[in-house]
Amino acid sequence: MNTADQYLKTIYVVQKQADGPASTGSIADALGVSPASANEMIGKLEERGLAEHEKYKGVRLTDDGIVKARDALQTYCIIERFLANVLAVEEFREEAHELEAVIDDTVAERLDTIIDRQPECPDCFDPETDACACLEVGAVPVEQD
Amino acid sequence: MVEVSVSQRITSDDQLARLLQIGIVLEEVVEARAHHHYESLDAELDEEVETLLADAAEESAEHRARLEGLIEGLGVDSVPFDEIESLVDARYGRTQPDDFDGVLYDQLCNEETAYKFYDDLIEAIAGSDAEFSIDRAELLDTLEAIREEEAEGVSEVTEVMERR
Repeated sequence: MNTADQYLKTIYVVQKQADGPASTGSIADALGVSPASANEMIGKLEERGLAEHEKYKGVRLTDDGIVKARDALQTYCIIERFLANVLAVEEFREEAHELEAVIDDTVAERLDTIIDRQPECPDCFDPETDACACLEVGAVPVEQD
Repeated sequence: MVEVSVSQRITSDDQLARLLQIGIVLEEVVEARAHHHYESLDAELDEEVETLLADAAEESAEHRARLEGLIEGLGVDSVPFDEIESLVDARYGRTQPDDFDGVLYDQLCNEETAYKFYDDLIEAIAGSDAEFSIDRAELLDTLEAIREEEAEGVSEVTEVMERR
């Protein structure tokens, strides 16, 4: 997944959670980058017709941006599911974030042939747990006694 | 494409080992699918396709062994082939191609996907200044050799497809 896709995925999740435009600050926070870097990439997404910036409000994805963002989120879900269910990785969220940049969509599609993903993917992605709500492993955060 | 760096580098032995494990799984998937295709061709024997699939399965097994050698050097366990094979079995019915064209196309996707994976992996390692507990030059040599064989695989399948 390239960097632009990582941004699209993040903006999609943030705007869905906010039920409105995503602020640059929250996008930068979610990606662990500086607001300046986030602004630069958002500008590029705007040039490509994938996002629109509303002054003082934030960023909103265009219809084309939403399509690409959903594809990226689906790739991310495949990586999470593959790590959790095939390789039994406990910290699959952290690892998925680390690996998503190196795993291409075509590779994810091949990995998808051995995992059991739901047809509603990626709508089942739950930003609160940063994981697919249908993913049995760790879908519910472990509570400390 | 201009990229802002978010996390495109490989920073640790663990991360490298995980990516090599993914490479092993991809090879296992290729091997298991090629084997299935090979078996499904029994009824209507086509020597050319059969040889191609048998070679592909053999090459994947060999790549797997080379990747296993690398992750052994990192002190991490490999991924057991039987488990992957049973996962492929479980899902296979839904994706099985029903003719020679489908088999060849599937094989082309296998080879292209593997090539893309190794290409991205090599780029990510090259862009990283992390010190791994295995020799970097040897790691890159091995991955580049495997990538080259995947590129040859793509040409072989393409050639057969074009001729038919």
